[in-house]
Amino acid sequence: MAVAEVNPAKTVPSKLVLEHVSKWFQTSTLTVHALDDVTLRIAEGEFVCLVGPSGCGKSTLLNIIAGLERPDRGLVQADGKTIVGPGPHRLVMFQEASLFPWLTVLGNVLFGLKLINGVSAAERRERAEYFLELVGLKKFMHSNVHELSGGMKQRVALARALAPNPSVLLMDEPFGALDALTREQLYGDIQRIWSQHRKTIVFVTHNVREAVCLGDRVILFSPNPGRIREEFAIPLPRPRDINSVDLARYSTEITRVLKGYVQTEVAG
Amino acid sequence: MIARWLAAALFFVLLVAAWYLAVKAHIWSPILLPSPISVADYVKSAVEDGTLWEATQVTVRRLLIGYGLGILVGLPLGLLTASSRWCQDTIGVLALGLQTLPSVCWVPLALLWFGQTEAALLFVVVMGTLWSLIIATDHGVRTIPPIYTRAARSMGSTGLHTWTHVVLPAALPFLLSGMKQGWAFAWRSLMAAEIYVTILTGFGLGHLLHYGRELNAMDQVIGVMFIIVVIGLAVDKTLFAPIEQFLHRRWGTARQ
Repeated sequence: MAVAEVNPAKTVPSKLVLEHVSKWFQTSTLTVHALDDVTLRIAEGEFVCLVGPSGCGKSTLLNIIAGLERPDRGLVQADGKTIVGPGPHRLVMFQEASLFPWLTVLGNVLFGLKLINGVSAAERRERAEYFLELVGLKKFMHSNVHELSGGMKQRVALARALAPNPSVLLMDEPFGALDALTREQLYGDIQRIWSQHRKTIVFVTHNVREAVCLGDRVILFSPNPGRIREEFAIPLPRPRDINSVDLARYSTEITRVLKGYVQTEVAG
Repeated sequence: MIARWLAAALFFVLLVAAWYLAVKAHIWSPILLPSPISVADYVKSAVEDGTLWEATQVTVRRLLIGYGLGILVGLPLGLLTASSRWCQDTIGVLALGLQTLPSVCWVPLALLWFGQTEAALLFVVVMGTLWSLIIATDHGVRTIPPIYTRAARSMGSTGLHTWTHVVLPAALPFLLSGMKQGWAFAWRSLMAAEIYVTILTGFGLGHLLHYGRELNAMDQVIGVMFIIVVIGLAVDKTLFAPIEQFLHRRWGTARQ
């Protein structure tokens, strides 16, 4: 089976539009060209995975979509409006433990909710509990953050990101620090939640298999400077099992292509 | 828990017993080393005639005002030096320099500026507290993992909200240890000031100590020192320890 290259879904209006986005970072000794002329359209409700080796600018791209960083060149839009800063419609789930240790589990989930106007305290509480239930941690809502395992922490982070009801969820290698078994559980959870709530998800990872398991589309990045190299549609039925043979075929193919780019980089 | 209490009690009983035996052995003159009984007698009589209570009130009031002022000024300044490079290069450097100055060095200046007044004492306490508090606050804010403010920003937190809901709570463990250190410095500064500055507006523990020396009353000197230690311990156990325990439980930094 061949891996098809696809055009981004043109039939649905684009939720996120990135056109000719470039970004440079200035360190004390050199200038890093993090992103080079990246153009990408992501449809409403689409699950897109950005894959590439470390240093390929995929996290930078995610931060730009989140509004945490500004591009040096190019256009970034959400719902047809230029992104000028962070907003409750685009929430980020980080790789590292980003939960606030001075708050309880519930307090963490409430944090983002409290930043939205016009939600009553009762409603906030109800929504926080609903999303904690959704990630299976309602009975831990009064626990302290340090009492949770790594997987549970990331589940809380997911609930925290979902609670303000963003239309776009940006995930920056959220499962990178977890063991394989916990990760597999979370793949199931995230697919279930995505199918129930139809968020637009941009998911950054360096794990090709993970990307194939989760994404409608897998976008391949290469480093120095960070560029989009290829796109792959993953038309597999859901829910997907990361250990399935079909999935392995896609990931083998994508890994092969990826290696080609990395080797070219090394040789060049 | 009871075993720990017993062990601690036993230790202090032994300590006093050793002291008592040393007095009984007549190695040193009783003028230099009074027996624990005569020290206890002094404390008892000073409690009964009210001098100790009055001096403690005077001292603690000065301490609370001076320490309070130090926190009121030091915390915001520490936040400033942590958030602005300009403030770091100016106030930060000043704080770092003055923090190395032992607080008793402020006494001559305070005496010349304010004379023998309450203001002179408060000034010394504030100078003793302020600089270390600025540095502790600055350090606390700088040590916060940047991921916290990023996460908060991504959820729409900005400006003042980020400071009050993220930076301050995240720095709280450092702020608390800074405040604890500030308290210790304030206590030391005040004792130094009270010993050197004789004023008529209030007779503090430091003055009692000073006059104990003038009168060659070693039982008074040791008795007052004992009271000073007890107050320091009591404040630590009642004011700081509960907050520390709460933080340890919340952050999971408790030692088992």
